[in-house]
Amino acid sequence: MNTFDTVVHLIYLGCAVCFVLGLHLMNAPATARRGNLLSAAGMAAAVATTVVVLAYNGDVTVLAATALTLGVAGGTIAGLITARRVKMTDMPQLVSLFNAVGGGAAALIAFGDAVAHAGHLAGLPLQTSLTTVLDLIIGGITFSGSLIASGKLAGKVPGRPILIAGGRFISAALALTAAVLSALFMAGHGGIPALIGITVVALGFGVLMTLPIGGADMPVVISLLNACTGTAVAMAGFVLDSSPLIIAGALVGAAGAILTKLMADAMNRSIGAIIAGGFGTGDEQISGPAGATGTVREITVDDAAIQLAYAAKVVIVPGYGLAAAQAQHEVVALAQALTEKGVDVSYGIHPVAGRMPGHMNVLLAEANAPYTELKDLEEINPEFPRTDVVLVVGANDVTNPAARRPGNPVSGMPILDVDKAKSVIVIKRSLGHGYAGIDNELYTDPHTAMLFSDAKAGLAALLAGLHAYTA
Amino acid sequence: MSVLLMADITVFVLSLLVGFEVISKVPATLHTPLMSGANAIHGVVLVGVMLLAATATTAAGYLLLLIGGAFAAMNVAGGYVVTDRMLAMFHARKEVRS
Repeated sequence: MNTFDTVVHLIYLGCAVCFVLGLHLMNAPATARRGNLLSAAGMAAAVATTVVVLAYNGDVTVLAATALTLGVAGGTIAGLITARRVKMTDMPQLVSLFNAVGGGAAALIAFGDAVAHAGHLAGLPLQTSLTTVLDLIIGGITFSGSLIASGKLAGKVPGRPILIAGGRFISAALALTAAVLSALFMAGHGGIPALIGITVVALGFGVLMTLPIGGADMPVVISLLNACTGTAVAMAGFVLDSSPLIIAGALVGAAGAILTKLMADAMNRSIGAIIAGGFGTGDEQISGPAGATGTVREITVDDAAIQLAYAAKVVIVPGYGLAAAQAQHEVVALAQALTEKGVDVSYGIHPVAGRMPGHMNVLLAEANAPYTELKDLEEINPEFPRTDVVLVVGANDVTNPAARRPGNPVSGMPILDVDKAKSVIVIKRSLGHGYAGIDNELYTDPHTAMLFSDAKAGLAALLAGLHAYTA
Repeated sequence: MSVLLMADITVFVLSLLVGFEVISKVPATLHTPLMSGANAIHGVVLVGVMLLAATATTAAGYLLLLIGGAFAAMNVAGGYVVTDRMLAMFHARKEVRS
């Protein structure tokens, strides 16, 4: 290793350190922005160093340099425009889209490396041929799977599970084909056509894997796809023997794996069951038959407003329905009005509120809610017994006390203990079922009052009622 | 199995462990920016695409550079910018909104 190579290697190592420290700084809202900037600085240094390496070695043809520059310029502009313009509610599909192109680029690296060695693919060492195949498979699945997930989240592909007749049989056939082609390629046969075959099969597999998954399972799916992209990038790093790719890929793989586990636990579902698919529906709220057995108490807007205004401590529990109704500005406006009247307001946010991990927090932050008021499950649960009024908006199963008992679909699911508060107001259109398809015992609790309304309209009416009452 | 591969595998496994350690401390409040930021980090795949430029000599190779470069650059540029936009919204008190 000459001096140049050593310096390059050390700079790449420094970039990897920036990524790790950047992620470390993300452990608190106050330092997170700095962390992201540090990570971006590491990325800029890595790219700049690579430019120097290419220029120093001088083996890039003019055409190659032109193609690369054009591609990078186009991609950068497209990335910047979408990143600037995207609405916060549309964040999940954008993250999914960026995930798709990242996975796609990783797969293309394996392909490009094979094309460059087209003459002697049969003589590739196992470490290259195996990682090439893995990169193509994982990258291909992530690319098509993330595009479908992004389409589902954007509403361009129906969010309900799309079941294809014989889908599992086709998937099994595709997996078998991929395995056979991979074995052929690694044995030194097939060459580029085998790799093309593997890519096509992986793309098809990604589509078939994502289509049957319901819209409500999306937080788990996009976390899982994120983990896959990380792994694909690490595989590309093995193919090219490039440590920054291996390190960054592993970090992202770990992030995706942790989020996948957290989301699956929070939904009380196994990752296997989610991948098997066919469960849940799209974005629309399920309005199942009102099968509540107990008595349900209704409350008027004025009474609810008075109750909130007189409370010392209010916890707002926003759920998926609030995100779907895009009522985050209304809920924050109400919270601010209450705060101005001296009420202690905070938000209790379940891990799966929203369409991707932590999405609800971003929506509320955008609507100007201070992050000090955003409490997660562990933080808020001990506070419910001291809370006067809990306002539940668009959340259902995550508040069902039945989860504490065994023997029903939500058993064991981590829930927000809203029933331990002195009183509960639920804004909901009907007594319809949530995702789990069972009655919510909270609604028939004597401490609970139902305000039957659409989330957005109901919150606006409460705010108006609050102003009218206190004016 | 070469020494090189062993070194690469070591780096991979240790990085996974570091990732688990660092990321498990991120609060749920920041999970969306975390995912988006991690997404931007795997944009380092751009470095890989650039390294390919040194070996591309055919039309197919150039096409792969064009598409791969576009994909990776979109991932990295868009990922960091959108993460920064999100994190800029997180503030402790109401008054300090910029």
